[in-house]
Amino acid sequence: MSHVLFAAATVPTIKTPSIAYHAIAPILIVLGAALLGVLVEAAVPRRERFNAQIAVTVLGLIGALVAVGLLHNTSLTTPSPVGSSESFYGALSVDPAGLFLQGTVLALALMATLLISERSIEIGSPIVASAAVVVGSPDDKRLANSERVQTEIFPLLLFAVSGMLIFPIANNLLLMFIALEVLSLPLYLMAGLSRRRRLLSQEASLKYFLLGAFASAFFLYGLALLYGYANSVDLPAIFNAQRTSGKSDVLLYLGLGLVIVGLLFKASVAPFHSWTPDVYQGSPTPVAAFMASCTKVASFGALLRVLVIGFSGSTWDWRPIIWGVAIASMVIGAILGVTQTDIKRVLAYSSIAHAGFILVGLVAVTSDKGQSLASVMFYVLSYGFTTLAAFGLLMLVRDADGEATHLSQWSGLARKSPLVASVMTILLLSMAGIPLTSGFIGKFYVFRAAWHTAGPLVVIALLCSAVAAFYYLRIVVLMFFAEPPENAPTIAIPGWSASVALTTGVVVTVFLGLLPEPIVDLAVKAAHLRG
Amino acid sequence: MTPTYYLVLSAALFSIGAVGVLVRKNAIVVFMCIELMLNAVNLSLVTFSRINGSLDGQIMAFFVMTVAAAEVVIGLAIIMSIFRTRRSASVDDANLLKY
Repeated sequence: MSHVLFAAATVPTIKTPSIAYHAIAPILIVLGAALLGVLVEAAVPRRERFNAQIAVTVLGLIGALVAVGLLHNTSLTTPSPVGSSESFYGALSVDPAGLFLQGTVLALALMATLLISERSIEIGSPIVASAAVVVGSPDDKRLANSERVQTEIFPLLLFAVSGMLIFPIANNLLLMFIALEVLSLPLYLMAGLSRRRRLLSQEASLKYFLLGAFASAFFLYGLALLYGYANSVDLPAIFNAQRTSGKSDVLLYLGLGLVIVGLLFKASVAPFHSWTPDVYQGSPTPVAAFMASCTKVASFGALLRVLVIGFSGSTWDWRPIIWGVAIASMVIGAILGVTQTDIKRVLAYSSIAHAGFILVGLVAVTSDKGQSLASVMFYVLSYGFTTLAAFGLLMLVRDADGEATHLSQWSGLARKSPLVASVMTILLLSMAGIPLTSGFIGKFYVFRAAWHTAGPLVVIALLCSAVAAFYYLRIVVLMFFAEPPENAPTIAIPGWSASVALTTGVVVTVFLGLLPEPIVDLAVKAAHLRG
Repeated sequence: MTPTYYLVLSAALFSIGAVGVLVRKNAIVVFMCIELMLNAVNLSLVTFSRINGSLDGQIMAFFVMTVAAAEVVIGLAIIMSIFRTRRSASVDDANLLKY
């Protein structure tokens, strides 16, 4: 026995690579807060749980935001190699662009938390009392009018946010896949936690889950093919392999295509968009707001990194794909959006069209010096705040069944509440890209960045934004100039938390439209991806 | 026996899974088809590991298994909660959300 132990002791110890813990502090803080949230769920009595969870979530997100602020000049990859190993690349690349996107995700997640914790509009909150109770059962009816809330949504949100923080800085496809799952799995559950219309909510959850898992299987197969091609899943190694590998290019292109499909699905880009309207419509409105803003920021961050770090050498091969999906996304988003009668579905198609506009900025990302990168980063930030506030506003317009989302119920809204109607108008004008709002500035920079490389694409984008402007303006006209219907909805007065979130969203939308320089400068300075 | 055959097998399994997701109606079966796709990927990861002569692919297969296990937990929870209400796991019955 002692002989065996002695033999084991002579095996050389494995040297562990050193991890720059300070650089991943934001991720660690959010994950720590999420675990603390799970403990709160187990240890704190139900009566105090709601407030305790809000405190943990808000403090965790603010702490992570502060950590991102302190890191703003960092540019490193971690873990670092042991000795001098040339083929070693850090799996996480903490760089200014990644930190900019992380900060955006955290700020938007904070606003989404405030929307979720809104309790004065509805008894309890927009979140179901107990997700496990069968819909329509006597227990369900009793709990629907109780103060009880499924407070697990807060740790779930934090887990999703931690995935979204890793997603845009992952320099390794395997890590990117795990981040994709860590951000998706909680979202599938959160989609099913609506307090009203629970059947719709569960259906949204099922659809999102099946299609999301389907898309991540494609991402994974792409990863496997790229591993076969490059003998590594580090993005810089894949980049180098394109010059040195003797393997068939079929592996490379098929792998790239499948990985892009997985990412475009998450970003709700047509033709991988079919889940978006259903899921946004069925999910609790604040969760839809979270998905529309934060997921988009994170998945475009990941797409940028894959294309710039891993595939800048084959720009000519992927550019036509981006052209195609951008056009498909803008056209489908603009034209199908016109035919919608539910305001949540209108916002979903608007989100698909906006994904197309962001892709326009992405076509030139490898050929100019950071201009496209900065424009995409600014666009996702401005769009995130606008769409979050727009979804938040839907929570206020209610009838007996909960939110009144049918467009006909929004007619004549300005007579009932000029404030809500004007705020919605500002947000819709921003989405349409009318000057003096953030949407105009974002579109301007994106189109300017793409103009020299992809002139015709910009022309198509302008035409599509004109078509899309029609359905935004139609809602504005409806709110101000139409007669209120028989079943006119009531306008709920939001409590402090939703008020803070809505005000922030609107103020940012207007501020970025009037004085975009500070954030544009920040995006230009941060437009640097490190491989 | 060349390892390439395993790649062909893996591609075939992946395609069967993908077709299954598109044509099958029961949510559980759709879900099993997705698992088949993930396991097809595992097979190709391990085969590429053998072809490339590095161990990374085999380690990655473990990561994929772990993630797939987590996905099963979430997926079955969602399918269960729908089944308890509707008494059906058919994806065609879940049709309240459209247009």
